[in-house]
Amino acid sequence: MGAEARRVISIIPSTTEMLFAMGAGDRVIAIGTYDRYPPEAQTLPRVGALIDPNVEQILQMRPDLVVVYGTQTELKRRLERANLPYYSYAHKGLADITSTIRALATRVGVDAAGDALASRVERQLADIRARVANRPRPKTLLVFGREPGSLRNINASGGEGFLHDMLELAGGSDALGDIHRQSVDMSTEMVLGRAPDVIIELRYSQDAINRSDMAAWNRLAAVPAVKNHRVILLTGEEFVVPGPRVADATRKLAAALHPDAFK
Amino acid sequence: MRRRLALTLAGFGALTVASCLLAPLVGSTSIHLSRVFDRSIPFADNVDAQVFFVARLPRVAAAAIVGAALALAGVVFQALLRNPLASPDTLGVAAGATLGAMLGLTAHADFTLVGVSVVPLTSFAGAVGALAIVFVIAAARRRGTSSTVLLLAGIAIGALLNAAGRFIQYLADVTDTFRTVQWLMGSLDVGSYAPILASLVPFGLACIGFATLPRVLDLISLGEDAAEARGVDVVRTERIALVSASLSTGAAVSLGGPVFFVGIIVPHIVRLIVGADHRLVLPASALFGASFLIACDLVARTIIAPVEMPVGIITAIIGGPFFLWLLFRGR
Repeated sequence: MGAEARRVISIIPSTTEMLFAMGAGDRVIAIGTYDRYPPEAQTLPRVGALIDPNVEQILQMRPDLVVVYGTQTELKRRLERANLPYYSYAHKGLADITSTIRALATRVGVDAAGDALASRVERQLADIRARVANRPRPKTLLVFGREPGSLRNINASGGEGFLHDMLELAGGSDALGDIHRQSVDMSTEMVLGRAPDVIIELRYSQDAINRSDMAAWNRLAAVPAVKNHRVILLTGEEFVVPGPRVADATRKLAAALHPDAFK
Repeated sequence: MRRRLALTLAGFGALTVASCLLAPLVGSTSIHLSRVFDRSIPFADNVDAQVFFVARLPRVAAAAIVGAALALAGVVFQALLRNPLASPDTLGVAAGATLGAMLGLTAHADFTLVGVSVVPLTSFAGAVGALAIVFVIAAARRRGTSSTVLLLAGIAIGALLNAAGRFIQYLADVTDTFRTVQWLMGSLDVGSYAPILASLVPFGLACIGFATLPRVLDLISLGEDAAEARGVDVVRTERIALVSASLSTGAAVSLGGPVFFVGIIVPHIVRLIVGADHRLVLPASALFGASFLIACDLVARTIIAPVEMPVGIITAIIGGPFFLWLLFRGR
């Protein structure tokens, strides 16, 4: 502790993005299996991810800081045994993203750069908030997964977590805001009952969903979002990785909800 | 006998009809029947009608089919293998269906066949594929296969297919793994009638097979040699039973996911009520399986409203204690 980290391993996509965005990319020696951004990180060795961290490889690389996910208790225990310092991260709300950037910057010893990055993200978010202020807030359902070609096993954002916070900041009212969970499994009856004005589907990439698959929603014709053709597909990694690109993601959300405000 | 059959069918039939009529009326949103059937409101604008016809009715129908199909398959597997622990899951059919579903979920493919989406299709293909393997093993021995060999072969194939499934899951993205876990919990919210109609084809074929079985299953449960001595063609019966039970299981799993507990527990509950005669057990299990799963799904979608519980959890929570109570009552 206290000493600047020079050899950092980050196996979580969002923290890898944070480290590179704050200019500490040259200190990162290995990343996780699913860390697809930024491009300059892609040549680094990959040492597993959430469920399959390669502990042996991690220890062998002699890092002086390992960024792990909060639920990786077994990995943390083994790092402790090896006397290796780690930073435990977990997805929470929108505000936690910038506080994580600052905390991580302190651990790596680039406080000023981290603070600059966090402040920039905060400014961008404040700008979006200002643009959509005083506009009607459509009741929005944020869907991030379902069985392909059908409306089965719909996963939507509940009233907690960064997706919920992003939606509320982008000028939408969360259709599941009263359910205090990050993720809600929805039935078709729940979608009909909640009657959202807008349905936004988020996917990490174009490949993760077929555009024609959006027609599945047409079965629920009584839902205002379907009736008024406000079922929107947004794709991009920034929607599933709560990192420094969160402001871009929020901006896209806001532009989808309030196209007039972003002309 | 005819009187007992009529009485059994009437009793369990009434239960099924009652659950089919009551279940669509209850749910997490409140609807008014007068609005549901109000023809003056266009369907596209009638939320109550859509909740009733798009969300609830297909769900009740799916529960009825899945419950009946798994219960029938359970009865047949238990009789055929002469093992009270046999279930639709025993011969690897379920593992095949699960492997198929995983492939469908991780491939990110999006195609439909007669209105049925990719995951039900691949899981049905997996079930039929597993059946084919078991069938080849059963047919490899000319004079039928002893139930123990069949059982062990089924377990081995199940383990193999499960391992393949785990390997795919291990290679897959975390989100795909999450979707698989979700699929494994079972869901009857099919959202349209196409998959229900599609499942009726294999289920209908299976029922034709089941219809030939009651008497011979009674004889087979006494032992294969005894059955053969009384003129039963054991090999043929075994094949019909295997194919029918597997088609039935495949139809059920592709529609509702792996809620196999229904297939173990319902036949036993029914036998405790009507006795061991398969002429009674088969139809009664179908009817009771249907009403049991409709009731479980009703609980699943209302008990922790506004959110829902996976139906697979409810079948075990309700079925387990109920079964124990039946076992120990009156002792």
